[in-house]
Amino acid sequence: MARVKPVYSRTARGDELGLRRALSDRILPLLVAAMAFLAALALAGFLAAAGLARHWQEGAGANLTVQVPQPADPAPGGGTRRERALALLRASPAVARAHTLSEGELSDLLRPWLGGATETLAVPLPAVIRVRLADPDGGRGAEAARAAELDALSHTLGAAVPGTLVESHQIWIGRLSALARSLQACAGVALLVVAGVAAAVVAVATRAGLSARREAIEIVHGLGATGGYIAGRFARRATWLAALGGLAGALAALPVLLGLAELAAPFTGLQAADPIAPLGVATALPAALLAGVAALPFAAGLIGYLTAQATVRGWLRRLP
Amino acid sequence: MIRLDGVGLSYDRHAGSARGAAVHEVLRDISFALPEGEFRWLLGPSGAGKTSLLRLMYLAVRPTRGHLRLLGTDIARAHRRELPRLRRRIGVVFQDFRLLSHLSVFDNVALPLRLAGRAEGQLRVDVTEMLRWVGLEPKLEVLPQALSGGEQQRVAIARAVIARPALLLADEPTGNLDDSQAQRLMMLLKELNRLGTTVVVATHNDALVARHPAAALRLAQGRLVGWE
Repeated sequence: MARVKPVYSRTARGDELGLRRALSDRILPLLVAAMAFLAALALAGFLAAAGLARHWQEGAGANLTVQVPQPADPAPGGGTRRERALALLRASPAVARAHTLSEGELSDLLRPWLGGATETLAVPLPAVIRVRLADPDGGRGAEAARAAELDALSHTLGAAVPGTLVESHQIWIGRLSALARSLQACAGVALLVVAGVAAAVVAVATRAGLSARREAIEIVHGLGATGGYIAGRFARRATWLAALGGLAGALAALPVLLGLAELAAPFTGLQAADPIAPLGVATALPAALLAGVAALPFAAGLIGYLTAQATVRGWLRRLP
Repeated sequence: MIRLDGVGLSYDRHAGSARGAAVHEVLRDISFALPEGEFRWLLGPSGAGKTSLLRLMYLAVRPTRGHLRLLGTDIARAHRRELPRLRRRIGVVFQDFRLLSHLSVFDNVALPLRLAGRAEGQLRVDVTEMLRWVGLEPKLEVLPQALSGGEQQRVAIARAVIARPALLLADEPTGNLDDSQAQRLMMLLKELNRLGTTVVVATHNDALVARHPAAALRLAQGRLVGWE
């Protein structure tokens, strides 16, 4: 029986087209890494803008400030003006909680403008009632219903305790929310553009690979390789290189995102990263952003796979 | 097996003239039938269309007119998806070898079997045996560019016959071989033919044809002028 010499042809299996040289492992991952880095920043911008919009809507939008001038004067229906206003507010179904600021709280509020002189100031200060509104029922008409309720409450207060000033943050909240949504849309568009550029980069690299390996492809095609086989070889290589680039870009973006998170920590309530703690990154970045950044290599790989498949299959149509 | 009815083949040629593209018909009104298991020489002067006729038969091009039926499939009507399976049943020895320069001798010869999905352990035995037969066993792991022209041609022959094709086409297969190697090749082709493979060999080598008399297809200026 013939003795069969061992043949180590593992390098050839799966690389019949010589794509390891035709699709370089330098330029493509580098360009995709740059795209992934930008995508991570755009993603952070997208999530931050979404978070801000939500925060403003849910937080500041649910608060109301009511000023009652001459709070100690008697009100028409009995009691002081402050007590009357407070009673009306607490009776309203739209109000979850109403709380009159104490003199100390009022002083704290005014200190940035008036310094510590508020207690000795000769100017009469109004009572300030901080109101927490009840959560709307939800649904499309919830905001409009709340606005109508606030309008009615404002009228009632004005009639019962003349001179009362109801300061709703709705207008500012609306403007800030619109700004945040615009920023969110811009970040979303930036993400799409980055994905499009990444696809274009993969397509150009694949076309260059097709040109470089044209003869090999024609030979393999002539030997009976299917379009799916040839496209699969390219797609496998492109997926690996793009995922590698995606991973490098995501890792490069992490320190930048951590820096930004540290700057934003006082506003977001998240902890600043502890460089010594092993879970520092996990606690310093929002979970959604972490998940998004972790998904970047997979997204890059998917873009690489789909783009290479489409490019090669389109190119193969020129062969019989 | 193979049937051609009024087959024509033309290539779009961009001559660079002011008139732009011109159509040049390299094969005209070719009609013949080749039953299964036959051996045919394909003869004719240079430029007669021998290579183009072979290209039609190994499905590198489709006819621009007429009907071509190959291994039971109507090529004009066949979907692109059907052609790869058909190509795997056709072995081709090219004049310029067309070996993959980045693959070793072993991997070049193993390629048709890998494309057919043959298990690695099984194909190793077949490929090694085939390379021993063509006298290249010591050069299994050598790249083709390190081989002489004759050795490269033997690799090309080994690759063409390794999958036991139903149809074997050869374009000047003895061009780079010495007499004894040419004789061995002819013995291989005849053996494959005896086992049922249809064989078509295009050649200029009159001495070879005289030594191995068989029916021939004769082409001249893109037309079939003799059919035995």
